[in-house]
Amino acid sequence: MANTAIAAGATARPLKYGSMSRDRRWALRWSYFFLVLFAIFFLMPPIYMLITSLKTSAEISAATNPWWIYNPTLENYIELLTQNHYLTFFRNSAIVSVCVVAVTMVISVIAAFALARMKFWGSATLATGVFLTYLIPETLLFIPLFKMFAWVNETFGIQLMNHWWTLIILYPTLTVPFCTWIMIGYFASIPKELDEAALIDGATWTQTLTKIFIPVALPGIIAATIFAFTVSWAQFLYPLAFTTSATELVLPVGIITTLIKGDVFNWGQIMTGALLGAAPPLVIYAFLMDYYIAGLTAGATKG
Amino acid sequence: MADIAARSPTVSMGDNRSSLHKLMQRKSTIAFLMALPLILLVLILVAYPAGYAVYLATLNKGMTRFVGFGNFEFLFGRETFWMVVYQSCLFAITAVIFKAIIGFVVAHFVHNIPSKGQRKWRGMLLVPWVIPPAMSTLAWLWLFDPSYSAINWILAHFGIAGIPWTGETDWARFSVILVNVWIGSPFFMIMYLAALKSVPEQLYEAASIDGATWWQRIWFVTLPMMRNIIAITALFSLIVTFANFDIVRVLTAGGPLNSTHIFGTWAFRVGIEGGDIPLGAAVSLFMVPILAVAATFILRDITKRGSEV
Repeated sequence: MANTAIAAGATARPLKYGSMSRDRRWALRWSYFFLVLFAIFFLMPPIYMLITSLKTSAEISAATNPWWIYNPTLENYIELLTQNHYLTFFRNSAIVSVCVVAVTMVISVIAAFALARMKFWGSATLATGVFLTYLIPETLLFIPLFKMFAWVNETFGIQLMNHWWTLIILYPTLTVPFCTWIMIGYFASIPKELDEAALIDGATWTQTLTKIFIPVALPGIIAATIFAFTVSWAQFLYPLAFTTSATELVLPVGIITTLIKGDVFNWGQIMTGALLGAAPPLVIYAFLMDYYIAGLTAGATKG
Repeated sequence: MADIAARSPTVSMGDNRSSLHKLMQRKSTIAFLMALPLILLVLILVAYPAGYAVYLATLNKGMTRFVGFGNFEFLFGRETFWMVVYQSCLFAITAVIFKAIIGFVVAHFVHNIPSKGQRKWRGMLLVPWVIPPAMSTLAWLWLFDPSYSAINWILAHFGIAGIPWTGETDWARFSVILVNVWIGSPFFMIMYLAALKSVPEQLYEAASIDGATWWQRIWFVTLPMMRNIIAITALFSLIVTFANFDIVRVLTAGGPLNSTHIFGTWAFRVGIEGGDIPLGAAVSLFMVPILAVAATFILRDITKRGSEV
């Protein structure tokens, strides 16, 4: 941007044109040079995951160039996908994430509508409280929750520990506050004239929500959905603390606890598992990048 | 708008309504009911556990007896605890500073190039943020492997002897910060890029006319215009980094000799793995002061901006 200003000035004074445009060219070259360096730094681990996943275990433990594949093979992928466990983790992760997204969006869209448009006693405080909740990290809550689950088991006889569906109850605490918060922002930015027009036409509040707010705020809803999905897909602490049996694990924990046996690291399979586990968020990101980024920046800019 | 729901019942309803029915039709009641799932979720699964943690921290190991500040006294007397405090602060502050600097620099480079290429670069540079941290940390763990480290293999070509990335205290501390910076700086980059786009072009033109050098433009135009975003991003990141768990857990699991434990991972080690739930709760409570300070500043900023708009 600084350079465009210089370029604009340069056209006005043709004498200095040469040096100015040379400066600009050099600034551009340096920008590209450093961007390439940073891109290498940022993309190195995922690329190395891919490289390792295509190697045989013999090649991984050989003292050859680690950045080159001499004998490409799909052995790791086949072995991983024919093992029951990995598919179980994947299925658990998928079910949990989809359910959490559904629960989150229902709770937060309805609540955000109530908080943004239908003021009630304490609604402003509640909006602030929702935001504060978003700032409370899960590392603070997992120990009391652990104890609470034990209490639920003693009192009601419902065993919440070591079941993947427990995560569907827990993850909304991480997703709902933020999604509600950004939905309040999106709803508040909808002009009041729109719902006043609907009101004059005799729409009920349900109709106002479904026929006006949801369609108009659809970009926000997509962004919030993506956020909810990526958070529940990536969550690591809760499943690590609350699930242990191999059939109940979700992906991140499953890869770490079952593929690492004692001190034996089967790196080919670990990298394959991690790469496949990272695939769903990456695919969503690749196709819906703009919504993804809108959701990222919404927290601070939509406030 | 205020009376959408207040009026709509009269449109759709007849006269024969019981008082309960009338209450149900009142706008604020409906609004409250709509927000009720959210309120219950927050109260039962966030607010209550947070308060319960305080109570738990005052019990003895078997959770049978009230010991007051006994757990805290015990922690204050342990060397490991002070190491965790030191490492948590070092980890969070260093990582946030580097994330902010790298994010700022990369955002500038992306902003410098022609706008049709920006999307592609931005998309590529955000990848570390998109991959679930537990998975990408595994890749780093493999890059840092003591005997097969691919980074050491490259360094060996420059005559640098193998670095014990996760094996020695100082290097392990460096490694966890490095991985955190790798994951977090793309987020800063995206936020700063959005902020850079919102700085009016005229300000830079005016600065150029006044003969400002490039760093004067950054110092007197860019930074003041971006102050809000920089502050809020850094505070958010401080909270998340301070409460981090995944990276340290996967990369070093607190080792070597507990030197890379931060509050989250040590609370897990003590509370869940060690079976001393009250002590674990006490450890995790030490995150509250810094979180409260950061949250206060964020909230002040948010409400300030809310009143401006």
